[in-house]
Amino acid sequence: MSLVYCGVCSHAPGITSRAEMADPALRDPFYAALENQRQEIMATKPDALMIVAAEHFANFFMNNMPAYAVGMGESYTGPIEDPDWLKVPLRTAKGNPDLGRRLVAEMLETVDVAYAEEWQFDHGISVPLHFLDPNNELTIIPVNINCQGPPLTPLHRAWTFGEAIRRAADSVPERIALVCTGGISHWPATPDSGKINEAWDREFITRWEANDRAAMLSYTDAETYRDAGQGGFEIRTFITAAAAGGGKGDVQFFAPIPIFAVGCTVGRIEIA
Amino acid sequence: MSLYQLSKVLYVLNRDDAAKRLWQAEPASLLEGYDLTDEERTALLEHDIGLLYVLGVNGQILMHFAALCGIAWADYIRLMREGVEKYGPVRAGLYAMTTQFNERVAGV
Repeated sequence: MSLVYCGVCSHAPGITSRAEMADPALRDPFYAALENQRQEIMATKPDALMIVAAEHFANFFMNNMPAYAVGMGESYTGPIEDPDWLKVPLRTAKGNPDLGRRLVAEMLETVDVAYAEEWQFDHGISVPLHFLDPNNELTIIPVNINCQGPPLTPLHRAWTFGEAIRRAADSVPERIALVCTGGISHWPATPDSGKINEAWDREFITRWEANDRAAMLSYTDAETYRDAGQGGFEIRTFITAAAAGGGKGDVQFFAPIPIFAVGCTVGRIEIA
Repeated sequence: MSLYQLSKVLYVLNRDDAAKRLWQAEPASLLEGYDLTDEERTALLEHDIGLLYVLGVNGQILMHFAALCGIAWADYIRLMREGVEKYGPVRAGLYAMTTQFNERVAGV
């Protein structure tokens, strides 16, 4: 039928694995914002949730790295991480190969996406699903943008990819919810873990909420790496969400939570 | 230096249960199929997180290797810092350290 929900959220593994180390005064409002996002998604009665991740070498590696990939599997397992380490129980999520195939076919009109009938979810998808689909009810279409192994897709292509997702979602009879997960600034899995450039994040959020395409696409990767860390490359997922939704954004929660290694973010974008 | 091969070992270990079992039983055997330098092989076999970090292994697969080795988060952060102190700055990749040796960014 159409895109029925479009939003963003953080996916850092610390959100679950280091939950006890976080200040509850910061952590609990963040969890509440994710619960609110879950309710908003469920209220749209989606037939499938497309979740755009920036995965971390769980499936895609430098032997054959797609800029964009979409899942067409019957089912998906995850997390690939030790569930006891991530503190997210192992699940098998339902896929929908037929829907995936139709979405991919439409996206291919403008973006050369790879497809995958096998996919193991890492924390990039498993952490959001832990909060957004705790009972494992939804049909999932996983999507990936390579934000890890350069050369990376240019930001303007991430925008085009978002437009392709929107066109594809609008071309199928199913109701499609879209959640894009990622940064904003962070230096994950390094000794710098916990460093967050809040000023940079807030400037990016301003551009994202205004859905100011030119301003969002004006960052160079060198600037992003300098100011927002290697994790900042994940702004690609936010840009994809902005392009797919098309309207103004609303960041419902943002707070730097250093032990989670990221400025924790929950937002939605108007479907225009 | 063969950072690609070194990283690939960790990628395979991260996603393949059979590779994990082989690693627990006969770690050296798992490494036979990879073109590694002696330094890289030793770093893996000795769980030298600091050296693996300095060699340029992407933190996203290095943190999973650390977890597989039973290393807690605070120790993982500490071992990377000690690696930079011992072996010098990160030699390749995107995950260079930008904070100070004694900086506990998130309190760990």
